[in-house]
Amino acid sequence: MTPLAFEQLSMEFPGVKALQDVSFEVRAGSVHALMGENGAGKSTLLKILSGAYRPTGGHVVIDGQPRFFRDTREALGAGVAVIYQELHLVPEMTVAENLFLGHLPNRAGLVKRGELAAAARRQLELMGETISPETRVGRLPLAQRQMVEIAKALTRGARIIAFDEPTSSLSDREARRLFAIIRDLRARGCAVLYVSHRMEEIFQLCDRITILRDGKHVETAPLETLTRDAVVQRMVGRQLADIYNYTPRTHGEDALVVHGLRGPGLAAPCSFAAKAGEILGFFGLVGAGRTELLRVIFGAAPKTAGTVKILGREVEVSSPRDAIAAGVVLCPEDRKKEGVVGVRSVLENMNLSARRRHAHGGVLINETWEQANARQRIEQLRVRTPSARQLIRNLSGGNQQKVILGRWLSETVQVLLLDEPTRGIDVGAKSEIYGIMQRLAQEGVCVVMVSSELPEVMGVADRIVVMRQGAIAAVVDRRDATEEKLLKLALPLETSGAKAV
Amino acid sequence: MASSASATPTPRHPTAIGDFLDRAGMLLVLALLFIGCALFVENFLSWRNMSGLALSVSMTGMVACTMLFCLAAGDFDLSIGSVVACAGVVAALVMNRTGSIAIGVLAGLGCGAVSGLINGVVVAKLRINALITTLATMQIVRGFGYIVSDYKAVGISNESFFVLGNSRPLGIDTPIWITVGCFAVFGFVLNRTVFGRDTLAVGGNAEAAHLAGIAVERIKIIIFTAQGVMAAFAGIVLASRYTSGQPNTSQGFELDVISACVLGGVSLTGGIGSMAFVIAGVLIMGIVQNAMNLLNIAPGYQYVARGMILLAAVLFDRWKRRGSKLP
Repeated sequence: MTPLAFEQLSMEFPGVKALQDVSFEVRAGSVHALMGENGAGKSTLLKILSGAYRPTGGHVVIDGQPRFFRDTREALGAGVAVIYQELHLVPEMTVAENLFLGHLPNRAGLVKRGELAAAARRQLELMGETISPETRVGRLPLAQRQMVEIAKALTRGARIIAFDEPTSSLSDREARRLFAIIRDLRARGCAVLYVSHRMEEIFQLCDRITILRDGKHVETAPLETLTRDAVVQRMVGRQLADIYNYTPRTHGEDALVVHGLRGPGLAAPCSFAAKAGEILGFFGLVGAGRTELLRVIFGAAPKTAGTVKILGREVEVSSPRDAIAAGVVLCPEDRKKEGVVGVRSVLENMNLSARRRHAHGGVLINETWEQANARQRIEQLRVRTPSARQLIRNLSGGNQQKVILGRWLSETVQVLLLDEPTRGIDVGAKSEIYGIMQRLAQEGVCVVMVSSELPEVMGVADRIVVMRQGAIAAVVDRRDATEEKLLKLALPLETSGAKAV
Repeated sequence: MASSASATPTPRHPTAIGDFLDRAGMLLVLALLFIGCALFVENFLSWRNMSGLALSVSMTGMVACTMLFCLAAGDFDLSIGSVVACAGVVAALVMNRTGSIAIGVLAGLGCGAVSGLINGVVVAKLRINALITTLATMQIVRGFGYIVSDYKAVGISNESFFVLGNSRPLGIDTPIWITVGCFAVFGFVLNRTVFGRDTLAVGGNAEAAHLAGIAVERIKIIIFTAQGVMAAFAGIVLASRYTSGQPNTSQGFELDVISACVLGGVSLTGGIGSMAFVIAGVLIMGIVQNAMNLLNIAPGYQYVARGMILLAAVLFDRWKRRGSKLP
């Protein structure tokens, strides 16, 4: 019997049909990829599966029985676990306590510590994990927390496990471990639904695939019958030639010159220069100090030494406000926490920074400008939103990112700092964002992009700075860049005694 | 307080009624309540009662204006009841000592400004939770009021000061005029100035606001200071009405003000609020209180009723806010 099927699943939000009559099956002992652009309905489908949403039509079928879950608990009770990008663990509690959260082994309300630790250790060993059950979850690196989350699902006897972009913040090595565990789940007969934007891992890991587009089912097929191009084509509904769209540009003067910069998370003084019209990529492993470096340049983290020059003029930046005034802006890595104001509208988010300069006397809102600017940016960046008054949190990740870009394009930008600008964004929106970057560079903006995805850095950047353990390891020209070379530069030097920060 | 309003918006079907509720919200409830009371409560509509009602909510209304900013920025202020009392006492003492109304009023306002500034600096710069900070200043300021007044009401000798609280230009009490003025001014500031919009952004996501170049700390300090000054001003008006500064007045006033704001639909977690919400909240509270008084309902039942209305209001708001459009 099929452990999991969706039958004519539909979900309507105000003004949006997030899912329309989606039907497909996930087989036992199979890793089933679910792909589609942002807004295609993947997250909605997962939220219905976990009981967060109630569908407006159709149903989820578990072992042949139509089921509705009112919440995650009920879903878990039926053997369904959804593992989200943002993990649902209690950081202050130990691994063991998290594993058995909600059903701690107890006698008359008193927790049986010994039994708890033993059961937790058993489960972790089963997964080949060496984490101590007594460790506080908050002290574990993200990858291990994810393992804890998976172990937690397994202790509840989950047989149907859905992953929502599990590798988006993992290093390659961590991702490989995760894949081993997922393959093991498959071998044990679990039905795994796997959502990711990363084509490589889908083809490595999955045996079947379902593609959604604009809330509709496009195709479900064994993966070996499809090529990558075919998958992408079905996702976007058109042929994609080269998503990076790189065109050589002429570079101008040095726009950003960083010399001897130090600050939190930087192990050594950092120096580099980027020209107007150039796209400078920053590659490195998670924790290599790339985000930290951008934050110091932007004034979001305190500078302890060094200088920053913008268009040849040294600037003293002690807050983001100073940086913006000097023409330096940053699109942060974590859109939800640092980028958007979720409870406010697209217009409010778009005008958040530039409205100061357009206000009458610097005080009174210039309503004409506010409306015109929002409309212009929405058009220019093709933000897909019903109106400028829509709450930004109702937009897809790609569209939220475009609004933040729009916020900065409303300013006079010399240097655009982008921290993982396409994380969690679908192929179509990615390609649009690369297009925007190219266009800005063409117009003479200096673009600095941090990315953990090698193909992206190599596809978009003119030069690539590789960071390693809080310091700049090398600068590589586009023509000389190969995946092996960049990776080798990025990997920690185990023998030299250099300390990671 | 820490629970976020709603992390994932639950779906809602677009309906004309839902849309209307989104926009009109508590104003509709206010209108129905008013009509109901007018029809069924004797004497409710009389001029005398109407003006009494307005006078009784005037203080809450004034202070709710600045509390709206506090809540919109994601904080709140529990010290205002103490500031009302302390400012009244200080104004009365200084007035008696110097013989000058102006100096007395300035001293009272200064007292509020200092306490508000301390709140603001501690919350914004030192990153201490607003609940704890203002809980502390609430007690410090209350104690200060008792100390300087020696635990006794301070009678005011200069009678021309009583004009502030007891005159009736055009037949309407001065405090009501002041409150209406505050509604207009602060409503304008929230909607039409960069400061107002920035305040909502700070409450919605302080980190994102900071990274967008908004001076988050400065905004919070200004808001807390304004809150202190406004509470002090209300305290001075009250002292004028009472013809004395009373150190034990307005205990629990902060909760009245916060409930009125929340009742109107201002979010406790920040980022959502408008002056229309506040006016609706203040008036609903006032009308319910007034109607219950007219109907001779015992005080115990009045408390129960007020609590239940507040609870019902936040539940209604939660249900209504399942949608996505802005008011």
